[in-house]
Amino acid sequence: MSTIPAAGPTASPSLKKPRRKLDAVSIVSFITLIVTTFLMLLPLFFMVSTSLKSKKELLKFPPTFLPESWQWSNYKEIFETLNFGQMYGNSLLIGVLTVVGTLISSSLAAYGFARYRGKGSNMWFMLMLSTMMLPYPAIMIPQFILFSKLNWLDTFLPLIVPSFFGSAYNIFLLRQFFATLPEELFDAGRIDGCTELRMWRQIALPLSGPALATVAIFAFIYSWNDLLTPVLYLSSSDKFTLPVGMSSFTSSRFRIPPWHLLMVASVLAMLPIVTLFAIAQKRFVEGIVLTGIK
Amino acid sequence: MYLFISPWLIGFLVFALYPILSSLYYSFTDYDIIHPPKFVGLANYTEMFHNDLFWKSVGVTLRYTFISVPVQLLLALGFALLLNQKIPFRGFFRTAMYFPSMVSGVAMSLLWYWIFNPSIGLFNYVLSWFGIKGPSWLMSPEYALHALIIMSLWTAGTGMILFLAGLQGVPASLVEAAKLDGAGRFRIFLNVTIPMISPVLLFQLIMGIIDSFQVFTQAYVMTQGGPNYSTWFYVYNLYTSAFKEYRAGYSSALAWVLLIVVMLFTGLIMKFSNRYVHYEGGGRK
Repeated sequence: MSTIPAAGPTASPSLKKPRRKLDAVSIVSFITLIVTTFLMLLPLFFMVSTSLKSKKELLKFPPTFLPESWQWSNYKEIFETLNFGQMYGNSLLIGVLTVVGTLISSSLAAYGFARYRGKGSNMWFMLMLSTMMLPYPAIMIPQFILFSKLNWLDTFLPLIVPSFFGSAYNIFLLRQFFATLPEELFDAGRIDGCTELRMWRQIALPLSGPALATVAIFAFIYSWNDLLTPVLYLSSSDKFTLPVGMSSFTSSRFRIPPWHLLMVASVLAMLPIVTLFAIAQKRFVEGIVLTGIK
Repeated sequence: MYLFISPWLIGFLVFALYPILSSLYYSFTDYDIIHPPKFVGLANYTEMFHNDLFWKSVGVTLRYTFISVPVQLLLALGFALLLNQKIPFRGFFRTAMYFPSMVSGVAMSLLWYWIFNPSIGLFNYVLSWFGIKGPSWLMSPEYALHALIIMSLWTAGTGMILFLAGLQGVPASLVEAAKLDGAGRFRIFLNVTIPMISPVLLFQLIMGIIDSFQVFTQAYVMTQGGPNYSTWFYVYNLYTSAFKEYRAGYSSALAWVLLIVVMLFTGLIMKFSNRYVHYEGGGRK
């Protein structure tokens, strides 16, 4: 699956694989893909190009696609306007710790839910699902009071610690993947005298690379983009995360939001996620074909 | 089992169950967070049903959910199917489709706020290529919700990735066997692919509904629920009740109604899907 034929679908039939009437389908899919991909990428392109425009150029219509003069200084300006570097670091630290916590606790719980059907397991599973349905604003107030009693206000703890107790979304996702693993593998493990913890670590986890990568990326993205929780808990500006800082851009401090700087911030905010995706992409999409049946 | 789920279980008790029960208690009280809660019985609940903004928020949220969730799922599945074929530049297309999903939350809301600008925004400019004169999206009560729905489709890439992972998990041997039996593309899709990816489909359907019942950031950053309450989402209503009007009791009652509705939806889908969702492990239902 890794090799993509060099010739396009319209190319003359190659010797190895005689092409059939499939070509019509392929051409239509190809054109569909090109058009939609163009539309999907346009806003992104616009974001990057706006980030390099001058303040004056922002107000032009029709919007210019490429900046008339490339204002690379915008990227310098943002680090001077806001405590941008610090916020960036804060968001990264919180994001990484959240991923670690989520991976460990969620995969443990997912394993438990996928492999056991003991008394009450269904009830616990439904309970867990129901926590996903609970809108955060609903538990916000009691949680806030709880964390303030623990003296955790204005620390990163309220943003990190809950992830070490698993998150329902990721447990559900992993549980769906674990449930598709063939039972025979675990029977074999059981016969070999594996403990359950070892089967989790040496059978379930290694076979779930793509699922785990997916969970890791989602956990990071969620933490990276979260606005409400850090707004609630962080009060001193040196502890601000990126979204909090970015939303302060539109605050009354600026009469007209500095759109070019906002787009700079958006571009920079995307970077870690893009990097993460670039690294994990292979695992992400290669799937679970090799689930060990072979 | 309890060994494995104990971290979650503890977290559940401390970070979910206790707050849920507290908020249930608050929902029967008049509570401004500062003064101690005062018990008022069912007053919050009865008020809700006579409150126009409550019904407005229900309508907005349901409309958003019933349009954006199915369309987004279909888009995501469609793209996953296209990109699961051998097609030139497949890797590029996959990445390009997913790229927008990497901008979310505040950054996405800000970007689209700018794009939907009626006079200098990109959206109406692109529409003008096709001779369409775009409305003033976020400022018009008629179109603001549609604008947010359009924006939501931009992140269909997340769903596409999940579907792709699911499609990759469809054993090639099954597809080959079906082909040998003379099944056509459509037949294979219907009888092999769909059952094999049904857990992923179920997961996304449920999560999609739950998420869109909880839309908040867009309403908060882009429209503040306006214009004329056309984007007055349920959770935005809940938020303003608690933090603008300091009515934590009423807001808790709203939360409880939302919880019950969401649970009802999920329960129905799960029950209905039990007959159709296929797990290869076989041990699970």
